[in-house]
Amino acid sequence: MSKRISMKELSPIDVYKLLPKTNCKECGQENCMAFATKIVNREVTVDSCKPLFKGHEKALAQLQEMLKPAVKEVMVGVGDKAKKLGGKLVMYRHEFTYTNPTALAIDVTDEMPANEVESRIKRTENFSFEYIGYTLKLDMIAVRCTSGDAEKFKAVVKKVSETTKLPFILCATNANIMEAGLMAAPNSNPLLYAANSENWKDMAELALMYNCPLVVSAPNDLNTLVSLAKTLLAYGVKDLVLDPGTFMNEGLGTTLNNFTMLRRAACKGGEELAGFPIIGVPMVAWVGKGETADEITKWKEAYLASMLIVRYADVLVMHGNDGWSLLPSAVLRQNIYTDPRKPVAVAPGLKVFGTPDENSPVFFTSNFALTYYTVASDIESAKLNAYLIVVETEGSAIDSGVAGRKLTAERVADALKASGVEGKVKHRKLIIPGKASRISGEIEELSGWKVQVGPRDSSEIPKYLVEKWQP
Amino acid sequence: MTTPKKDDKKLAEGLGLSPEILELLAKFQEIELEDFQMDVKELELSFEPGMAGQIMPKLRLPQALKPGKPTSLLQAAFVPPVEMYPGKIAEVKLGATRAEGGSRGRTITVGGETSPAFYTFERPIVHSPVVTLDVFDMEVPLSKAVKMHVKEVMGDPAAWAKLAVEKFGADMVTVHLISIDPLLKDATPKAAADTVENILQAVDVPLVIGGCGDPIKDTAVFAEITERFKGERFLISSLTRDMDVEKCAKFVKKNGHAALSFTPMDLNLARELNRRLYDYLDKEDIVMDLTTAALGYGLDYAFTNMERARMAGLMGDTELAHPMSSGTTNAWAAREAWLKMAPEWEPRELRGPLWEVTTAVTLLLAGVDLFMMMHPAAVKTLKEVTKNLVNGGKVDAAKFADWVSVKA
Repeated sequence: MSKRISMKELSPIDVYKLLPKTNCKECGQENCMAFATKIVNREVTVDSCKPLFKGHEKALAQLQEMLKPAVKEVMVGVGDKAKKLGGKLVMYRHEFTYTNPTALAIDVTDEMPANEVESRIKRTENFSFEYIGYTLKLDMIAVRCTSGDAEKFKAVVKKVSETTKLPFILCATNANIMEAGLMAAPNSNPLLYAANSENWKDMAELALMYNCPLVVSAPNDLNTLVSLAKTLLAYGVKDLVLDPGTFMNEGLGTTLNNFTMLRRAACKGGEELAGFPIIGVPMVAWVGKGETADEITKWKEAYLASMLIVRYADVLVMHGNDGWSLLPSAVLRQNIYTDPRKPVAVAPGLKVFGTPDENSPVFFTSNFALTYYTVASDIESAKLNAYLIVVETEGSAIDSGVAGRKLTAERVADALKASGVEGKVKHRKLIIPGKASRISGEIEELSGWKVQVGPRDSSEIPKYLVEKWQP
Repeated sequence: MTTPKKDDKKLAEGLGLSPEILELLAKFQEIELEDFQMDVKELELSFEPGMAGQIMPKLRLPQALKPGKPTSLLQAAFVPPVEMYPGKIAEVKLGATRAEGGSRGRTITVGGETSPAFYTFERPIVHSPVVTLDVFDMEVPLSKAVKMHVKEVMGDPAAWAKLAVEKFGADMVTVHLISIDPLLKDATPKAAADTVENILQAVDVPLVIGGCGDPIKDTAVFAEITERFKGERFLISSLTRDMDVEKCAKFVKKNGHAALSFTPMDLNLARELNRRLYDYLDKEDIVMDLTTAALGYGLDYAFTNMERARMAGLMGDTELAHPMSSGTTNAWAAREAWLKMAPEWEPRELRGPLWEVTTAVTLLLAGVDLFMMMHPAAVKTLKEVTKNLVNGGKVDAAKFADWVSVKA
């Protein structure tokens, strides 16, 4: 297998050498070197260097090759709901921000009644959770053929394509059935699941004919998996997704091993054949579930999904669609895909919400980013007029700050004084977080303000103000 | 799929059928659903794996292949990317049997790893991660989902410890001596040691001794406890930078215990504190806690910090080559773990423990060796996952490959 330069080895000089060196500033940077640095940091793409496209085609091609991610980026679906899978630059989160958060797909089958198909799609589309300024959503629909009947599969794919703009994964291992599905939704660029060591030729023809990305599947057999990838590339199918198999229970360790080995081979070993997005299937929890209660199966499916989000899955197929079981994985995905260099703390100081007057309440919170954003979003969404003092706690939350002496009465009193809020309100009442109640006496003593112990969770602030606030 | 109502019925019936985990999860359902009558037919699943593929319509696929396309599978070999690491994570033994000068029925060793977490394609796990359950020495505010399992033993730490070990399967117990907090009950070191004595009598697993977070008071209490229970090899939780590190490390060493070195999510601070401890303690006496933030509330920082620490330890940075402990109970600090939310996110009795599970499995994959946990269902799940990861290997690949046609 051939090798690629790993992202770590790439320096701005390597990029700079291939740039036109005109320092034309058309890209918005001061000079070509600054542009090269931004390229290496993936803050801009080569596309914004206009001169590159005029007579520097060779350099452009070299640059594109050099900047190719370790894991190929594969597009599924069309329009603004289309989803990019993979495109990973690094293996470990601390190396660089992960690209393209794991896509979450929920299944429907060709034997579900039409109204159930519809309600599952609606539920998938309507899944929405507001979390510190982000909206967490689900991404795709997996359409499974459980009937073995091409007409039924065709009908459900038609139904799905008429009901939603979300991209879909067509799941049928028989090529005739797959084609029936494709005919029902041409030009929708679905991901085809899957080519295996038996059907690969027919699946490859379909992928070429309909111009779709294709999963190659070899359960727990990485030699066959890369052989399939090699064969399909030679066949002309460029957009592949790898399925090394997802196994529950005793097979969990093997599953993680296969995912980890593939990703390491791609990112550290530069192996082209391992350099494709990986599909994980937490819904294997439903295989042979027997009489196990649905809740248990959803529970297993959920933690399996979370483990695969951590261990390199680029797309996941799930069956359970309850909010309680999907929310932890959705939040984890958001967490894992954030910039690892993002500061853990926000700047201390006075924050003003709405248009407070001299009778408005004064709160304080810690400067731990997550605490601050949670409190701020609760105050904002309730449209309150208030002052919020952010106290320096070295990035500790309220409870751990109090326990670890990062949030002390001295610090609160100092922050209160430094905020200048004294000149903005005529009362002298400070509402403190319920979790800081232990230091309420000390704060009162040191600041001279009257302390009111507020709720333990900021979601209760609006209710608290109605019941307890008197300037 | 059935309607939500039927799912509830299934769950109610599932209480009798399913693994214990559901019992741990579903106490609330016993109350809410006790009036349900169950029709057994509703439980039957239409799972017929032989069905798919029987009736094939004849659709035409293009038969003529273009020249140059492969006609048979091109062979390629996947070379497992196995690496060697110069470093090794220190092994720390916790607890001591009678023969070793303590009173425990068994000891537990954490650490010793020579590969990243669960890279079993490189080499097997040396010591399986373990779970220590939280026991508080006085009544504390707990979320509803947790409280329903422990309300009978609240305020009786010995009974609580017994429940944790015998019913919930804890490998160890953490005694949180929060009553010593000068801002709470300000209990004396002697009273705290008496509590520990009662727990030693009630269970025979190794113990973690947790303080209240006040550096001065914790020092006094730890001094008393390490001395009085010399040789038990407790894990003293924790030693922090703002304590008299020299004094604490000395009494920990002198009495044969181990120390939890706690720092606030900063690897340089962790190195610095460990260096200070090395003057008095051996590498094999130190477990480190790099701070655990809840899912949704900084878990990403905690994960990356721990993953980096483990990698650094394996790459030869001995100051970070210690087993890691996680206060996974912090998962409950996330409001999504305990808050009553809109109906589409309920029931919180399932969402809450799953929040703790998600926090735990994420950190399991970063390399955590010792989990301090709270909810019995979360504990049980983590232990199952760990067991499968450590002992696994048997894979029924063909069975799970059938997921496409499963009639779930």
